[in-house]
Amino acid sequence: MSQSYNRGLVEDFGRWKEFQAGMWAWIFHKFTGWILVGYLFTHIAVLSTAIQGPESYTTTLQSLESIFVVRILEIGLLSTAVFHILNGTRLLLVDLGIGLGSQDKSFYASLVLTGAIVVASVPTFLAGLGGGV
Amino acid sequence: MSTQIPEQEAEAESSAEAEADASAESPQEKRMAKKAESASYRDAQKKAQEEIEAAERAVQLKVFRYDPEVEGKQEPRFDEFHVPFTKGMTVLDALMYARDHYDPSLTFRHSCRQAVCGSDAMFVNGQQRLCCKTQMSELEWPVRVEPLPHQDVVKDLVVDMQHFYDQMHSVEPYFQGDENAPSGEEQKQTRENREKIKMSTRCIWCGACMSSCNIAAGDNEYLGPAAINKAYRFYMDEREDQEELEEHRLRILEQEHGVWRCQTQFSCTEVCPKDIPLTEHIQELKREAVKNNLKFW
Repeated sequence: MSQSYNRGLVEDFGRWKEFQAGMWAWIFHKFTGWILVGYLFTHIAVLSTAIQGPESYTTTLQSLESIFVVRILEIGLLSTAVFHILNGTRLLLVDLGIGLGSQDKSFYASLVLTGAIVVASVPTFLAGLGGGV
Repeated sequence: MSTQIPEQEAEAESSAEAEADASAESPQEKRMAKKAESASYRDAQKKAQEEIEAAERAVQLKVFRYDPEVEGKQEPRFDEFHVPFTKGMTVLDALMYARDHYDPSLTFRHSCRQAVCGSDAMFVNGQQRLCCKTQMSELEWPVRVEPLPHQDVVKDLVVDMQHFYDQMHSVEPYFQGDENAPSGEEQKQTRENREKIKMSTRCIWCGACMSSCNIAAGDNEYLGPAAINKAYRFYMDEREDQEELEEHRLRILEQEHGVWRCQTQFSCTEVCPKDIPLTEHIQELKREAVKNNLKFW
């Protein structure tokens, strides 16, 4: 029904500002899920080009780890994965019918927890940059 | 105030009406009737002006307008109305004020005005709400009123509810108790069972949940939260205890476009004016469907 008829003003993409917690959780879950799938392929592609021997593996990884952007991307990957795990746990509880009344709070909790874990991990991820380990 | 189009519009409409239902009247009577009508609109607008000045505050309403039958109104647009605010005013009150004082062609459904009939669900300030139980004071002003999204607009704030009703009927929303029960006798329900289905019986078929559902918007065959909730109400009713019937109800629910389309976005639960825990009911039926199909015990 929605596809058959353009209502212009009412069904506007700009409505995303009016989403509620549950909807944001769904969007973030989809988004992080796709990122993780994308990462999986990159991961396999990069590592499979570095299996000629121990040396090539070490040099590939070391050269990658010396790039600042890669470090930043690693932090992004961690946050994506952590959110996906936490929200996945939330969805598991929802499927089991536990705490559906506070589903919005558990979404906010998973966001805050993700933020905390990511911030705490920043020193580890940026360690040894520039100076070389 | 409305734009200028409705003003001429109203007159054109009223004259057409007069011709239709009073062909026996003389041209003079017709003219007089027309004059009286436009005079009454003028008076109403003047009265509105006075009332706005008298009231402490005036609400600005931005109302979606669309009329496929009138040229010049086929392009959706927003009209603005200034309505004097009174304590306890609902969105529906404001809409009725606007219709009665500014633009009689403003069209919307309403009936009981007390959240029972479920005919005035609209999209108010970005959320599906029941206009008659939404207080103006709780909203951010100016208040934007639009017809329910994901349904065809018939005119202004009126949407086509047929698809919603079709989905509701497809789950057989009626009690099919024991046919062998002695006639004229009540089929009693336990208090616990009544408590279990209590919330699900509150549905007033307003269609707010269906309109808010992202999945229902993309999948026309999806039963939708309201219909699944209806099915829950009868599936969980212990008086419907025939095995075949339960199987039959579950078959409707666990089909491809049944309960499994729900992705727990909680939009329906958020917007339900009767606070029915729709997602919870859908999830429970999912578990029932799994239990029914996985027979380890």
